[in-house]
Formats: sequence, C-alpha cells, structure tokens
Amino acid sequence: MSGIRASFGIERSGFRLDVDLSLPGQGVTALFGHSGSGKTTLLRAIAGLERAPGGYFALGDEVWQDERRGLFVPTHLRPLGYVFQEASLFDHLSVEGNLEFGRRRIPEAERRFRPAEVAGLLGIGSLLGRRPASLSGGERQRVAIARALLTAPRLLLMDEPLAALDLKRKLEILPYLERLHDELAIPIIYVSHAPDEVARLADHLVLLDAGSVVASGPLTETLARADLPPAFADDAGVVVAAVVAAHEADDLTRLDFAGGSILVARRPEAIGHRLRCRIHARDVSLALDKPQASSILNVFRATVSAIAATDTPGQVLVQLYVGATPLLARITGRSRRVLDLQVGRGVWAQVKAVALLG
Amino acid sequence: MDSSDLGAIWLTLKLASVVTLLLLVAGTPVAWWLARTRSRLKGVVGAVVALPLVLPPTVLGFYLLLAMGPHGPVGRLTEALGLGLLPFTFPGLVIASVFYSLPFMVQPLQNAFEAIGERPLEVAATLRASPWDTFWSVVVPLARPGFMSGAVLAFAHTVGEFGVVLMIGGNIPDETRVVSVQIYDHVEALEYARSHWLAGCMVVFSFLVLLLLYTLKPQAARGGAR
Repeated sequence: MSGIRASFGIERSGFRLDVDLSLPGQGVTALFGHSGSGKTTLLRAIAGLERAPGGYFALGDEVWQDERRGLFVPTHLRPLGYVFQEASLFDHLSVEGNLEFGRRRIPEAERRFRPAEVAGLLGIGSLLGRRPASLSGGERQRVAIARALLTAPRLLLMDEPLAALDLKRKLEILPYLERLHDELAIPIIYVSHAPDEVARLADHLVLLDAGSVVASGPLTETLARADLPPAFADDAGVVVAAVVAAHEADDLTRLDFAGGSILVARRPEAIGHRLRCRIHARDVSLALDKPQASSILNVFRATVSAIAATDTPGQVLVQLYVGATPLLARITGRSRRVLDLQVGRGVWAQVKAVALLG
Repeated sequence: MDSSDLGAIWLTLKLASVVTLLLLVAGTPVAWWLARTRSRLKGVVGAVVALPLVLPPTVLGFYLLLAMGPHGPVGRLTEALGLGLLPFTFPGLVIASVFYSLPFMVQPLQNAFEAIGERPLEVAATLRASPWDTFWSVVVPLARPGFMSGAVLAFAHTVGEFGVVLMIGGNIPDETRVVSVQIYDHVEALEYARSHWLAGCMVVFSFLVLLLLYTLKPQAARGGAR
C-alpha cells in the first residue's frame, strides 16, 4: 500500500482547519499541536465523523471521500478503528460484549485477529466477564483499543488515548502502544499534545497550529528543525535513535547512535536493544574548545548547521550535526555573539541530560 | 363487583394495552426526531406533542369528535374507505387515547435519547454498525429505562382517562365503557358501594404504578457509554 492523502477545509465559528497532507502508509504518524490547533477535528474528518465540504481522503488507492465526485463513504463502511479520548465503552455490554461488537460486524474472512490474541497483547484477558463500570481508566482504555483492533482496521485513529489518564496509567498503557507499533502492520494516526508521547511512539510528525500544518516529515528530521514556529520552541529538542552498546563500570550504559555514543545511567535492557533518547535543546550547551575537567560526560564534536530566533527575547536556537545526527541547542543571543557562531563552524556540544524513552 | 364492572375493567386494560403498544411504535420516531433534530420546527412539534398535558380533555375530545364525525376530514376518509365512523367505537377510543397519552410516551423517551448523547452512536459507527443497527444494538438497550417509564406512564394515563372517553366514546357497555365511566355511572345512580370497589381498585393500581416508576428512577439517570 502506498501512502495516505488527506485534504480538508472546515470552517467553524472562529476556527478554520485547512490541511493538505501526504502521510506514510505505515508506522505511527503523530498529529501534534496545542489545544485548539485542529488535531481532533482533522482526525474526525478522516474518520468521516465530520464531513468537510470539498474534502478528499484516500488510503492507498482506496478513496473514502472525494467531494468533487460527490463521494463520501459513511463511517460505518470505512475499515478503520477509532480510539476516543475517553474509552467510551458500551455500558450495557460486558468487556467481552464490547470486544465482540465490532468483530461480529466484519465479514468472517476479514477477521485477522482472534480475541484471545488481542486480549493478550493488551493484557485484558482476565477482564472479559467484567462490566465496563467496574474497570479502572487504564483498563477501559486498553479494552477500547482492543475493541478497535478486532475490527481488523486498515487504519487506526487514536485521539489522545492517554490524555484522560494519570501518569501511572499512562506508563501502564505506553508499552502496549509500542507493541502495537512493533507487532502490527497497521498505519496509526495518533493525536497528542504531549511531546514525550510523540517522541516515544511516532515515526512521522505533523505539527498543527491554528488549523494549519506548519511541518510534516519524519520524526527525527522534523523535531530537529530550527525554523519551526515559536509556539513549538519551548519544547524544542531532538529524538535520537540509539542501540545499547555496552554496560560499563560505574553503573553506566553506553548507547551508540549514528555519529557517536552517549553514556547514561545503567539501563536494564540487553545489548543490542533499540532505544529512543530525547535531548532537549535547553539541556545542550556549546563551547569553542573541548571542555576540560567537566562533570558532564557527554561532549560531542559538532558542526553548526542553522541558527534561528525564538519567541523568548535574548535566546536563539542552534541546529548542529554530530556526524549524521542532528541536535538542537538553546543558548542566549549574547553567547552566540561572544562565540561568534556561524553556519559551518565547529563547536563542542555538552549534553547535560538525556531522557530515555523506553 | 358484577359482570358489567369486570367488563369495564377488561375493556380498560385492553384499551390501555393497545394504546401503549401503538405509542411505542409511533412515539419512538417522534421522540428520536425531537432528541436529535436541529430543525427550527423542533419547538413547534414539541409544543404540539405536549398539548394534551395542559388542554382540558373535553377540548381535545371535542375536536377529535368533530374530525372523526361525518363532516370531519377523518370521518369522510374512514367512510370513503368503507370503515364507517369512528366515534362511539373502540377503534375511535384507541385513536383518541393515542393523542391523549402521546406526551407521556414521548417525553421520557426523548429525555432518554438525549441522555445517551452523540458519542455511543459515533463509537458504534467506527465499529461498523449502520445507523439502523446502532439504533437496535446501542440506543434501545441504553434507553431501556426511558422505554419502561414511557410505557408505564402511557398505560397508566390511558387507564385514568375520563373526559376524552366521554366525548368520543360515550358509554356503551363492552365497547367504550371503561372503569372511570363506570364509576361515574354508579355515582349518578347513587350506588356508592359499587363505586367504592372500583375506585379503590384504581387507587391501588395508580399507587403501584407510581411505586414501580419511582423504584425504576435511579437507573434512568445512568446509561450512556463511559
């Protein structure tokens, strides 16, 4: 299957969504933006829950909406799964009844998953006889995800499935979402306003602001852009794909990435395990000479590739490359002047903190 | 109680059952439309449905009598179809009662449908259920308390009607003479003992109906998808 094409214009009182997107037909695409940016409206338009006049949507060569031809496939005829922000289980059915609801309604030949498999994947096998009202928020959301998967969707849409949960429940569900990503070949479009979730799960990133797309591209590349609108600069930072290379003395683990290696506090993962690290721009500082006698372990030789203003007065965002891997550093305008930073200049980047995303 | 009293009770139960069944069929789409529409006609239709709540039954009965009479539009239609005239017949009483009890069916149903909200319908659509399928597999089970209250109220209200029956049905034994009319006859004839029997039955019946409703109530507040 080739990619996804989505083009919608929706006018509301005081709000306008206007997008024209090409998305990859595999992996997780995150729709990221602040509240009111139009993420949920876009997802609803894709599902056909919202009908955009003049809209167009195609999944591969299957067209679901093409208003110029008067084509609009109603939601119940689209092979999609949708996970709402609140689990929205049917109260009048047991957990098993909820799981069966969608599965019973697809042709037998299309039932790709067995309920027991999916229940196992999401860790809800012991809940089948329970009523939704007796489940915790995290359990409910996992049932909702399983229910959507059992319709064997060709596209899975998730609207902030973790937003209504507290941190503990989030951490409980995230591993299951990663398994979906790793084990199922279903493209997922995932709406979120939590940068950590996006950094952890997404392969492709779409940034939305006030109803328009401000950036769309592969996750690492897009996050490393220095020219994003100021609204996103506060959370600026890159995601680096790394592999566990060695467990060293002093309770440290060495991770290798394209262009270098990085030391972090000892990790439980085995050597060869893939990990994503998030490095915030505010945790990267720059020096012209290699720092001597510093407590910071992770220092890289890097080349400045772009410099951009931020919406915080006196601060700039510097994009640099460590080998093939981009980093962002947020420094003051004065430092930039004093160091005389220019595109192409070699510097030493000191990384104060690395967040590992499992 | 003699056979005419038992006949009146039987007739009343038959009337209320038929009317309740008809109202379940006719009231559900009206309530669904009222709960879901954004049309400007919503207020008008809602007010018309609620009219029997405030109109004196004699007024409603009077206009229905005119409409179903030999010069009324309904009367001309039924005569042209060879059905004869409806006033002073059981079918005529059924039709009048359907109008009279309509709000008692529609309003609880409308409230139940509104309480379900949009979300369960959207969820069902993303799980491949057509709108018709969704209505039966999601809306009806979730609105069950509304259906129960509507049916109980419509039944009880039909049992208790008097004014409309007098205007439309008169007082024909085993055809239109329901319990409330029978009591009226006994009182007019100064047969208080027989009135007591029937009146007492009505008090007990009404109390039981209300008891049933108020014990159902807590469940009516729940429902929906969470």
